[in-house]
Amino acid sequence: MNDPTSFRPYAPGTQPPYDAPAYLGTVKRHPKQKLHPMPQTITETTGPSFSPSHFPPLVDLTMTTGKPAIGERIIVAGTITDEDGRPVPNTMVEIWQANGSGRYDHPADQHDAPLDPNFHGAGRVFTDEHGGYRFLTIRPGAYPWPNHRNAWRPNHIHFSYFGPAFATRLVTQMYFPGDPLLAFDPIFHAVPDEHARNRLIAAFDLDLTEPDYALGYRFDVVLRGRGATPMEH
Amino acid sequence: MPIATASQTVGPYWHLMEDPSWADLTRFGAQGEKITLTGVVLDGDGKPCADACVEIWQSDPPASDSFPGFGRSNTDSAGNYRFVTVKPGPVAGRGNAQQAPHIALCILSRGLMRGLVTRAYFQGEKLNETDPLLMSIEELARRGTLIARPAGAATWRMDVRLQGEGETVFLDI
Repeated sequence: MNDPTSFRPYAPGTQPPYDAPAYLGTVKRHPKQKLHPMPQTITETTGPSFSPSHFPPLVDLTMTTGKPAIGERIIVAGTITDEDGRPVPNTMVEIWQANGSGRYDHPADQHDAPLDPNFHGAGRVFTDEHGGYRFLTIRPGAYPWPNHRNAWRPNHIHFSYFGPAFATRLVTQMYFPGDPLLAFDPIFHAVPDEHARNRLIAAFDLDLTEPDYALGYRFDVVLRGRGATPMEH
Repeated sequence: MPIATASQTVGPYWHLMEDPSWADLTRFGAQGEKITLTGVVLDGDGKPCADACVEIWQSDPPASDSFPGFGRSNTDSAGNYRFVTVKPGPVAGRGNAQQAPHIALCILSRGLMRGLVTRAYFQGEKLNETDPLLMSIEELARRGTLIARPAGAATWRMDVRLQGEGETVFLDI
């Protein structure tokens, strides 16, 4: 039997460590032992596939009740590729975020900012055959959190990606260009490599922007690539 | 050459994307031996993690229209996750090796900048004694952190300790 082709290890410094003490939540939750190395098997090199028929897309977060949500309407779009530049087609992307006031429609969020009855803040999109995706939402507000005195999360949107395998699973956050809170955010700064960190910041894109309608932001994402082996054809 | 995008924590509000039915992998009518896989997720103080997202993936039985192979469960106020799934059989390993039946887990939560990957094997399986991953964990007590134990009818329990005494073996995949 042919062994499955493994996914490449992550480039050093481009992923955050588990032990990131400036983010207090990591202190009691990061493993003290080193991760145990193992060769990937078909358990790691295969993964779930989601079809839009079982998992219906929700691409417009601004009009889920039929009435418009409050806040600045934005378009977020981009492509998902692998580390060899190949598009990742037909993959599911999950999205969740705070509303325009910086409040999640979630019982654990007790921040004293108004909920918006017309904004829930969850979406689901699938990439097309070129790895492209696009959705409409409200620009999320900043909100305070109890990590340190006067701690505020920068504006951000949460994203969850699957890609082709269990080994390509990725959960991340998209930030906005020019946000002054990024300089103080320990979650953003947990990524050691500056270039890798800054790639979490979406780019304002006039071509994605629609006249008289909404600003456009581009957020391109790269999932792990398969290691090239000479045995492969 | 582009490099993979950095991970960020799933945070405490990931439930906005949760569909609780995903914790039942038999909901599309899967055939096979139905089991419950459950356990508690504990932090370094032994306190339950009540806001975690536990995901599972199994390559056996193969995913199909009636069996997604993938599941997601929250942890409840006592830190418990709970899946209903089909018990996997042996899985091909690298070379000519065979892997013992197992389910892969990924723990995502506030306080975890990246998912933590581990596996649940099943106590009493003959193949556990030759499974390449289990055999590669020299310390028996640590190896045991990957073994789910019977806990009632068709129910298997594997607790996950993120840190400290009895810390679960997490895998670098």
